[in-house]
Amino acid sequence: MKHVISIEDFSRKDLDSLLAEADKMLSFVKKGKQLDIMKGKIMGALFFEASTRTRLSFESAMHRLSGSVIGFAEPASTSLAKSETIADTVKTISQYCDVIAMRSPFPGAAKLASEVSRVPIINGGDGSREHPTQTMLDMFTIKKEKGRLDDLHIALVGDLKYGRTVHSLCKAFQNYKKIRFTFISPKELAIPNEYKIGEYRETNKLELEDADVVYMTRIQKERFPDQTEYEKLKNIYRITPETMKTMKKDAIIMHPLPRVGEIDWHCDSDPRAVYFKQAFYGVPTRMAIIKMVAGGGN
Amino acid sequence: MMMVKHIENGTVIDHINAGKALEVLKIIGGPNSSITVIAINVLSTKHGRKDILKMEDVYIDKKKLDLISLIAPNATVDVIKNGKVAEKRQVKLPKEVSGVLKCLNPKCITNKPREPAVTKFIVKQNPLRLICAYCNKEFEGESLLKA
Repeated sequence: MKHVISIEDFSRKDLDSLLAEADKMLSFVKKGKQLDIMKGKIMGALFFEASTRTRLSFESAMHRLSGSVIGFAEPASTSLAKSETIADTVKTISQYCDVIAMRSPFPGAAKLASEVSRVPIINGGDGSREHPTQTMLDMFTIKKEKGRLDDLHIALVGDLKYGRTVHSLCKAFQNYKKIRFTFISPKELAIPNEYKIGEYRETNKLELEDADVVYMTRIQKERFPDQTEYEKLKNIYRITPETMKTMKKDAIIMHPLPRVGEIDWHCDSDPRAVYFKQAFYGVPTRMAIIKMVAGGGN
Repeated sequence: MMMVKHIENGTVIDHINAGKALEVLKIIGGPNSSITVIAINVLSTKHGRKDILKMEDVYIDKKKLDLISLIAPNATVDVIKNGKVAEKRQVKLPKEVSGVLKCLNPKCITNKPREPAVTKFIVKQNPLRLICAYCNKEFEGESLLKA
Protein backbone atom coordinates (compact mmCIF):
# COMPACT_ATOMS: atom_id res chain seq x y z
CA MET A 1 0.00 0.00 0.00
CA LYS A 2 1.37 3.41 -0.99
CA HIS A 3 1.29 6.33 1.45
CA VAL A 4 2.48 9.91 1.09
CA ILE A 5 4.19 10.69 4.39
CA SER A 6 7.46 12.46 3.64
CA ILE A 7 8.91 14.12 0.55
CA GLU A 8 12.10 12.17 1.27
CA ASP A 9 10.29 8.97 0.29
CA PHE A 10 10.16 10.22 -3.33
CA SER A 11 12.99 9.90 -5.83
CA ARG A 12 13.41 12.23 -8.78
CA LYS A 13 11.84 9.58 -11.00
CA ASP A 14 8.81 9.37 -8.67
CA LEU A 15 8.45 13.16 -8.57
CA ASP A 16 8.85 13.62 -12.31
CA SER A 17 6.29 10.93 -12.97
CA LEU A 18 3.83 12.46 -10.48
CA LEU A 19 4.24 15.93 -11.98
CA ALA A 20 3.66 14.54 -15.48
CA GLU A 21 0.41 13.02 -14.19
CA ALA A 22 -0.52 16.36 -12.57
CA ASP A 23 -0.01 18.00 -15.95
CA LYS A 24 -2.52 15.61 -17.51
CA MET A 25 -4.95 16.38 -14.71
CA LEU A 26 -4.44 20.09 -15.29
CA SER A 27 -5.67 19.83 -18.87
CA PHE A 28 -8.89 18.15 -17.66
CA VAL A 29 -9.39 20.74 -14.91
CA LYS A 30 -8.88 23.58 -17.37
CA LYS A 31 -11.54 22.10 -19.65
CA GLY A 32 -13.87 21.69 -16.66
CA LYS A 33 -13.97 17.92 -17.21
CA GLN A 34 -14.55 15.36 -14.49
CA LEU A 35 -12.67 12.05 -14.51
CA ASP A 36 -14.05 8.70 -13.33
CA ILE A 37 -10.87 7.52 -11.62
CA MET A 38 -12.35 7.61 -8.09
CA LYS A 39 -15.97 6.93 -8.99
CA GLY A 40 -17.67 5.05 -6.17
CA LYS A 41 -14.74 5.70 -3.84
CA ILE A 42 -14.63 7.82 -0.70
CA MET A 43 -11.90 10.01 0.75
CA GLY A 44 -11.72 10.61 4.50
CA ALA A 45 -10.55 14.18 5.13
CA LEU A 46 -9.32 14.13 8.72
CA PHE A 47 -8.21 17.60 9.68
CA PHE A 48 -7.20 17.49 13.32
CA GLU A 49 -5.89 21.02 12.74
CA ALA A 50 -7.49 23.89 10.86
CA SER A 51 -6.79 24.19 7.15
CA THR A 52 -8.37 26.09 4.29
CA ARG A 53 -6.38 25.58 1.09
CA THR A 54 -5.12 22.06 1.74
CA ARG A 55 -8.46 20.64 2.85
CA LEU A 56 -10.56 22.32 0.18
CA SER A 57 -8.14 21.53 -2.62
CA PHE A 58 -8.09 17.87 -1.54
CA GLU A 59 -11.89 17.88 -1.56
CA SER A 60 -11.99 19.64 -4.92
CA ALA A 61 -9.48 17.11 -6.31
CA MET A 62 -11.59 14.18 -5.10
CA HIS A 63 -14.77 15.67 -6.60
CA ARG A 64 -12.93 16.25 -9.91
CA LEU A 65 -12.11 12.52 -9.89
CA SER A 66 -15.82 11.67 -9.29
CA GLY A 67 -15.21 10.51 -5.71
CA SER A 68 -16.93 11.68 -2.56
CA VAL A 69 -15.62 13.02 0.72
CA ILE A 70 -16.38 12.43 4.40
CA GLY A 71 -14.51 13.90 7.34
CA PHE A 72 -14.11 16.81 9.70
CA ALA A 73 -12.41 20.17 9.62
CA GLU A 74 -11.53 20.56 13.28
CA PRO A 75 -11.25 18.03 16.10
CA ALA A 76 -13.79 19.65 18.45
CA SER A 77 -16.65 17.92 16.61
CA THR A 78 -15.07 14.45 16.77
CA SER A 79 -14.40 11.76 19.34
CA LEU A 80 -10.94 13.29 19.81
CA ALA A 81 -12.78 15.72 22.05
CA LYS A 82 -13.64 12.59 24.10
CA SER A 83 -9.91 11.82 24.29
CA GLU A 84 -9.83 9.19 21.56
CA THR A 85 -6.33 8.74 20.18
CA ILE A 86 -5.43 9.79 16.64
CA ALA A 87 -4.48 6.16 15.95
CA ASP A 88 -7.93 4.87 16.97
CA THR A 89 -9.70 7.60 14.99
CA VAL A 90 -7.69 6.77 11.87
CA LYS A 91 -8.13 3.03 12.35
CA THR A 92 -11.90 3.49 12.64
CA ILE A 93 -12.40 5.91 9.77
CA SER A 94 -10.18 3.84 7.49
CA GLN A 95 -13.01 1.26 7.68
CA TYR A 96 -15.34 3.80 6.04
CA CYS A 97 -13.26 5.05 3.11
CA ASP A 98 -10.71 4.24 0.40
CA VAL A 99 -8.08 6.90 1.08
CA ILE A 100 -7.37 9.34 3.91
CA ALA A 101 -5.97 12.87 3.67
CA MET A 102 -5.07 14.11 7.14
CA ARG A 103 -3.49 17.00 9.03
CA SER A 104 -2.39 16.97 12.64
CA PRO A 105 -0.44 19.34 14.89
CA PHE A 106 1.74 16.44 16.06
CA PRO A 107 4.91 15.65 14.08
CA GLY A 108 4.96 11.98 13.16
CA ALA A 109 1.16 11.58 13.31
CA ALA A 110 0.94 10.74 9.60
CA LYS A 111 3.55 8.00 9.95
CA LEU A 112 1.68 6.54 12.91
CA ALA A 113 -1.57 6.73 10.91
CA SER A 114 0.07 4.82 8.05
CA GLU A 115 0.95 2.04 10.50
CA VAL A 116 -2.64 1.54 11.68
CA SER A 117 -4.74 2.45 8.62
CA ARG A 118 -6.25 -0.08 6.20
CA VAL A 119 -6.22 2.52 3.40
CA PRO A 120 -3.51 4.82 2.00
CA ILE A 121 -2.64 7.90 4.08
CA ILE A 122 -1.79 11.24 2.48
CA ASN A 123 -0.05 13.62 4.85
CA GLY A 124 -1.59 17.08 4.62
CA GLY A 125 0.83 18.46 7.21
CA ASP A 126 1.99 17.09 10.54
CA GLY A 127 3.08 19.88 12.85
CA SER A 128 6.36 21.46 11.90
CA ARG A 129 7.64 18.25 10.29
CA GLU A 130 6.35 17.75 6.77
CA HIS A 131 3.84 18.95 4.21
CA PRO A 132 4.78 16.81 1.22
CA THR A 133 1.78 17.57 -1.00
CA GLN A 134 2.49 21.32 -0.68
CA THR A 135 6.03 20.62 -1.87
CA MET A 136 4.72 18.61 -4.80
CA LEU A 137 2.40 21.44 -5.85
CA ASP A 138 5.23 23.96 -5.35
CA MET A 139 7.39 21.90 -7.69
CA PHE A 140 4.55 21.60 -10.16
CA THR A 141 4.18 25.40 -10.09
CA ILE A 142 7.89 25.89 -10.77
CA LYS A 143 7.81 23.33 -13.56
CA LYS A 144 4.80 24.98 -15.21
CA GLU A 145 5.92 28.56 -14.75
CA LYS A 146 9.67 28.19 -15.33
CA GLY A 147 9.57 25.16 -17.62
CA ARG A 148 12.26 23.29 -15.68
CA LEU A 149 13.30 21.95 -12.29
CA ASP A 150 17.07 21.97 -12.89
CA ASP A 151 19.39 24.96 -13.15
CA LEU A 152 17.47 27.33 -10.91
CA HIS A 153 18.37 30.04 -8.40
CA ILE A 154 15.75 29.89 -5.65
CA ALA A 155 15.50 32.63 -3.01
CA LEU A 156 13.67 31.49 0.13
CA VAL A 157 12.49 34.41 2.24
CA GLY A 158 11.13 34.89 5.77
CA ASP A 159 10.64 32.25 8.42
CA LEU A 160 13.13 29.64 7.32
CA LYS A 161 13.49 28.17 10.80
CA TYR A 162 9.95 26.90 11.34
CA GLY A 163 8.54 26.93 7.80
CA ARG A 164 7.91 23.29 6.93
CA THR A 165 7.20 24.10 3.27
CA VAL A 166 10.69 25.58 2.98
CA HIS A 167 12.30 22.54 4.61
CA SER A 168 10.49 20.07 2.38
CA LEU A 169 11.32 22.12 -0.72
CA CYS A 170 15.05 22.08 0.15
CA LYS A 171 14.91 18.31 0.52
CA ALA A 172 12.98 17.78 -2.71
CA PHE A 173 15.48 19.82 -4.73
CA GLN A 174 18.32 17.56 -3.61
CA ASN A 175 17.10 15.37 -6.47
CA TYR A 176 17.75 18.09 -9.10
CA LYS A 177 20.85 19.55 -10.75
CA LYS A 178 22.46 22.99 -10.64
CA ILE A 179 20.20 24.32 -7.89
CA ARG A 180 21.37 27.40 -6.03
CA PHE A 181 19.60 28.61 -2.88
CA THR A 182 19.70 32.03 -1.27
CA PHE A 183 18.33 31.88 2.28
CA ILE A 184 16.99 35.30 3.27
CA SER A 185 15.95 35.62 6.92
CA PRO A 186 16.71 37.42 10.17
CA LYS A 187 19.21 35.43 12.22
CA GLU A 188 16.45 34.46 14.68
CA LEU A 189 14.65 32.59 11.87
CA ALA A 190 17.66 31.24 9.98
CA ILE A 191 17.45 27.95 8.10
CA PRO A 192 18.55 24.96 10.24
CA ASN A 193 21.89 23.44 9.20
CA GLU A 194 20.35 20.15 8.07
CA TYR A 195 18.64 21.96 5.15
CA LYS A 196 21.76 23.76 3.92
CA ILE A 197 22.36 21.39 1.06
CA GLY A 198 24.40 21.98 -2.10
CA GLU A 199 25.19 25.50 -3.24
CA TYR A 200 23.73 28.20 -1.01
CA ARG A 201 24.19 31.69 0.38
CA GLU A 202 22.71 33.22 3.53
CA THR A 203 21.79 36.87 3.99
CA ASN A 204 19.37 39.00 5.98
CA LYS A 205 18.86 41.43 3.08
CA LEU A 206 16.03 41.14 0.57
CA GLU A 207 18.35 40.71 -2.42
CA LEU A 208 16.27 39.23 -5.26
CA GLU A 209 18.01 40.58 -8.37
CA ASP A 210 19.43 37.27 -9.52
CA ALA A 211 16.66 34.87 -8.40
CA ASP A 212 14.58 32.76 -10.81
CA VAL A 213 12.14 31.79 -8.06
CA VAL A 214 11.31 33.91 -5.00
CA TYR A 215 9.55 31.81 -2.37
CA MET A 216 8.02 34.08 0.29
CA THR A 217 6.81 32.78 3.65
CA ARG A 218 4.76 34.27 6.45
CA ILE A 219 6.42 35.04 9.77
CA GLN A 220 4.27 32.73 11.91
CA LYS A 221 2.91 34.47 14.99
CA GLU A 222 2.02 31.16 16.65
CA ARG A 223 5.67 30.04 16.64
CA PHE A 224 6.92 32.86 18.88
CA PRO A 225 6.87 32.30 22.65
CA ASP A 226 7.78 35.98 23.04
CA GLN A 227 5.26 38.17 21.19
CA THR A 228 7.51 41.27 21.36
CA GLU A 229 10.00 39.33 19.26
CA TYR A 230 7.22 38.60 16.75
CA GLU A 231 6.21 42.28 16.61
CA LYS A 232 9.83 43.18 15.90
CA LEU A 233 10.16 40.74 13.00
CA LYS A 234 6.67 40.46 11.49
CA ASN A 235 7.15 43.09 8.77
CA ILE A 236 10.84 42.58 8.20
CA TYR A 237 10.42 41.58 4.54
CA ARG A 238 7.81 43.04 2.26
CA ILE A 239 7.61 42.75 -1.50
CA THR A 240 6.15 45.82 -3.16
CA PRO A 241 5.92 46.94 -6.80
CA GLU A 242 9.19 48.80 -6.12
CA THR A 243 10.91 45.57 -5.02
CA MET A 244 9.60 43.85 -8.14
CA LYS A 245 11.40 46.37 -10.32
CA THR A 246 14.69 44.92 -9.03
CA MET A 247 13.74 41.35 -9.97
CA LYS A 248 14.43 39.49 -13.21
CA LYS A 249 11.79 39.89 -15.89
CA ASP A 250 11.14 36.16 -15.98
CA ALA A 251 11.33 35.50 -12.23
CA ILE A 252 8.31 34.17 -10.34
CA ILE A 253 7.08 34.97 -6.83
CA MET A 254 5.52 32.09 -4.91
CA HIS A 255 3.88 31.93 -1.47
CA PRO A 256 2.21 28.93 0.19
CA LEU A 257 -0.41 31.36 1.60
CA PRO A 258 -1.99 32.71 3.72
CA ARG A 259 -0.03 35.93 3.45
CA VAL A 260 -0.22 38.67 6.04
CA GLY A 261 1.80 41.68 4.99
CA GLU A 262 4.78 40.17 3.23
CA ILE A 263 3.49 40.75 -0.32
CA ASP A 264 1.72 44.02 -1.12
CA TRP A 265 -1.57 43.30 -2.94
CA HIS A 266 -0.51 45.83 -5.60
CA CYS A 267 1.91 43.11 -6.79
CA ASP A 268 -0.93 40.68 -7.56
CA SER A 269 -1.51 41.95 -11.09
CA ASP A 270 2.15 41.49 -12.07
CA PRO A 271 2.42 38.30 -14.18
CA ARG A 272 5.41 37.24 -12.09
CA ALA A 273 3.16 36.94 -9.02
CA VAL A 274 2.05 33.31 -9.34
CA TYR A 275 0.90 32.56 -5.77
CA PHE A 276 -2.80 32.27 -6.59
CA LYS A 277 -1.98 30.15 -9.61
CA GLN A 278 0.14 28.06 -7.23
CA ALA A 279 -2.95 27.55 -5.04
CA PHE A 280 -4.89 26.52 -8.17
CA TYR A 281 -2.17 24.00 -9.11
CA GLY A 282 -2.90 22.33 -5.77
CA VAL A 283 -5.99 20.71 -7.31
CA PRO A 284 -4.39 18.90 -10.29
CA THR A 285 -1.38 17.97 -8.15
CA ARG A 286 -3.61 16.44 -5.47
CA MET A 287 -5.68 14.70 -8.14
CA ALA A 288 -2.46 13.04 -9.33
CA ILE A 289 -1.52 12.15 -5.74
CA ILE A 290 -4.93 10.59 -5.03
CA LYS A 291 -4.74 8.64 -8.28
CA MET A 292 -1.24 7.45 -7.44
CA VAL A 293 -2.17 6.01 -4.01
CA ALA A 294 -5.79 4.99 -4.48
CA GLY A 295 -6.73 5.12 -8.13
CA GLY A 296 -5.01 2.05 -9.50
CA GLY A 297 -1.44 3.32 -9.92
CA ASN A 298 0.34 6.23 -11.46
CA MET B 1 48.61 -3.17 39.53
CA MET B 2 44.92 -3.31 40.47
CA MET B 3 43.65 -6.68 41.64
CA VAL B 4 39.95 -7.44 41.43
CA LYS B 5 38.49 -10.84 42.25
CA HIS B 6 37.24 -12.87 39.26
CA ILE B 7 33.53 -13.47 39.00
CA GLU B 8 32.12 -16.99 38.72
CA ASN B 9 29.02 -16.28 36.65
CA GLY B 10 27.98 -13.01 35.09
CA THR B 11 29.25 -10.34 32.71
CA VAL B 12 32.43 -8.31 32.30
CA ILE B 13 32.33 -5.19 30.16
CA ASP B 14 35.79 -3.95 29.27
CA HIS B 15 37.07 -1.03 27.18
CA ILE B 16 34.27 1.29 28.25
CA ASN B 17 35.16 4.91 27.41
CA ALA B 18 36.82 6.46 30.46
CA GLY B 19 34.29 8.01 32.83
CA LYS B 20 31.27 6.28 31.26
CA ALA B 21 31.00 3.20 33.50
CA LEU B 22 28.24 4.65 35.68
CA GLU B 23 26.17 5.55 32.62
CA VAL B 24 26.62 2.01 31.29
CA LEU B 25 25.59 0.66 34.68
CA LYS B 26 22.45 2.83 34.56
CA ILE B 27 21.53 1.33 31.15
CA ILE B 28 21.94 -2.18 32.56
CA GLY B 29 19.66 -1.24 35.44
CA GLY B 30 22.22 -1.30 38.23
CA PRO B 31 23.42 -1.07 40.79
CA ASN B 32 21.22 -3.77 42.27
CA SER B 33 21.73 -6.55 44.80
CA SER B 34 24.31 -8.41 42.69
CA ILE B 35 28.03 -8.00 43.29
CA THR B 36 29.25 -5.20 41.02
CA VAL B 37 32.83 -4.01 40.55
CA ILE B 38 33.31 -0.65 38.87
CA ALA B 39 36.77 0.43 37.79
CA ILE B 40 37.10 3.96 36.48
CA ASN B 41 40.05 5.52 34.60
CA VAL B 42 42.04 2.31 34.47
CA LEU B 43 45.21 2.44 32.33
CA SER B 44 44.67 0.89 28.90
CA THR B 45 47.28 0.08 26.28
CA LYS B 46 44.75 0.64 23.48
CA HIS B 47 42.75 3.66 24.64
CA GLY B 48 44.89 5.43 27.26
CA ARG B 49 42.25 5.23 29.97
CA LYS B 50 39.18 3.04 30.18
CA ASP B 51 36.45 1.88 32.56
CA ILE B 52 35.56 -1.72 33.42
CA LEU B 53 32.38 -3.23 34.87
CA LYS B 54 32.09 -6.71 36.41
CA MET B 55 28.67 -7.94 37.48
CA GLU B 56 27.93 -11.23 39.18
CA ASP B 57 24.80 -13.03 37.90
CA VAL B 58 23.93 -10.28 35.44
CA TYR B 59 23.48 -10.93 31.71
CA ILE B 60 22.75 -8.29 29.10
CA ASP B 61 20.25 -8.52 26.24
CA LYS B 62 20.77 -7.10 22.73
CA LYS B 63 18.58 -4.03 23.30
CA LYS B 64 20.78 -2.95 26.19
CA LEU B 65 23.97 -3.76 24.26
CA ASP B 66 22.72 -1.46 21.47
CA LEU B 67 22.25 1.34 23.98
CA ILE B 68 25.69 0.71 25.50
CA SER B 69 27.20 1.03 22.02
CA LEU B 70 25.91 4.61 21.87
CA ILE B 71 28.16 5.71 24.75
CA ALA B 72 30.87 3.03 24.69
CA PRO B 73 31.35 2.01 21.04
CA ASN B 74 34.60 0.10 21.75
CA ALA B 75 33.29 -1.94 24.67
CA THR B 76 33.81 -5.70 24.75
CA VAL B 77 31.47 -7.99 26.62
CA ASP B 78 32.53 -11.30 28.17
CA VAL B 79 29.86 -13.67 29.41
CA ILE B 80 31.35 -15.67 32.31
CA LYS B 81 30.13 -19.14 33.26
CA ASN B 82 31.77 -21.26 35.99
CA GLY B 83 34.69 -18.85 36.18
CA LYS B 84 35.49 -19.08 32.46
CA VAL B 85 34.72 -16.89 29.46
CA ALA B 86 31.82 -18.67 27.78
CA GLU B 87 31.17 -16.04 25.11
CA LYS B 88 32.94 -12.94 23.82
CA ARG B 89 30.87 -10.18 22.30
CA GLN B 90 31.72 -6.77 20.85
CA VAL B 91 29.11 -4.05 21.05
CA LYS B 92 28.11 -2.79 17.63
CA LEU B 93 26.44 0.49 16.76
CA PRO B 94 22.96 -0.51 15.51
CA LYS B 95 21.33 1.05 12.43
CA GLU B 96 18.29 1.88 14.53
CA VAL B 97 17.16 1.77 18.14
CA SER B 98 13.54 0.85 18.83
CA GLY B 99 11.34 0.93 21.88
CA VAL B 100 13.81 1.97 24.57
CA LEU B 101 14.57 5.68 24.17
CA LYS B 102 12.13 8.56 24.57
CA CYS B 103 11.99 11.36 21.99
CA LEU B 104 12.91 14.74 23.49
CA ASN B 105 10.54 16.63 21.21
CA PRO B 106 7.48 17.21 23.45
CA LYS B 107 5.23 17.59 20.40
CA CYS B 108 6.31 14.30 18.82
CA ILE B 109 3.40 11.87 18.39
CA THR B 110 5.36 9.29 20.42
CA ASN B 111 4.98 11.56 23.47
CA LYS B 112 1.22 11.90 23.12
CA PRO B 113 -0.39 9.84 25.88
CA ARG B 114 -1.94 6.49 24.82
CA GLU B 115 -0.93 6.74 21.13
CA PRO B 116 0.41 3.29 20.19
CA ALA B 117 3.69 4.53 18.71
CA VAL B 118 6.84 2.62 19.63
CA THR B 119 9.78 5.02 19.50
CA LYS B 120 12.34 4.41 16.78
CA PHE B 121 15.56 6.29 16.11
CA ILE B 122 17.81 6.05 13.07
CA VAL B 123 21.47 6.02 14.12
CA LYS B 124 23.89 8.25 12.17
CA GLN B 125 27.63 8.31 12.80
CA ASN B 126 30.46 10.89 12.79
CA PRO B 127 29.28 12.60 14.87
CA LEU B 128 26.85 10.23 16.55
CA ARG B 129 23.27 11.41 16.09
CA LEU B 130 19.86 9.83 16.54
CA ILE B 131 16.98 10.85 14.30
CA CYS B 132 13.43 10.20 15.47
CA ALA B 133 11.66 8.16 12.79
CA TYR B 134 8.38 9.89 13.69
CA CYS B 135 9.07 13.60 14.16
CA ASN B 136 12.39 13.59 12.26
CA LYS B 137 14.14 15.62 14.99
CA GLU B 138 17.83 15.00 15.28
CA PHE B 139 19.50 14.53 18.68
CA GLU B 140 23.08 14.18 19.86
CA GLY B 141 23.77 10.54 20.64
CA GLU B 142 24.03 10.79 24.41
CA SER B 143 21.30 13.38 25.01
CA LEU B 144 18.54 10.76 24.73
CA LEU B 145 20.27 8.43 27.16
CA LYS B 146 20.44 11.13 29.82
CA ALA B 147 16.72 11.92 29.52
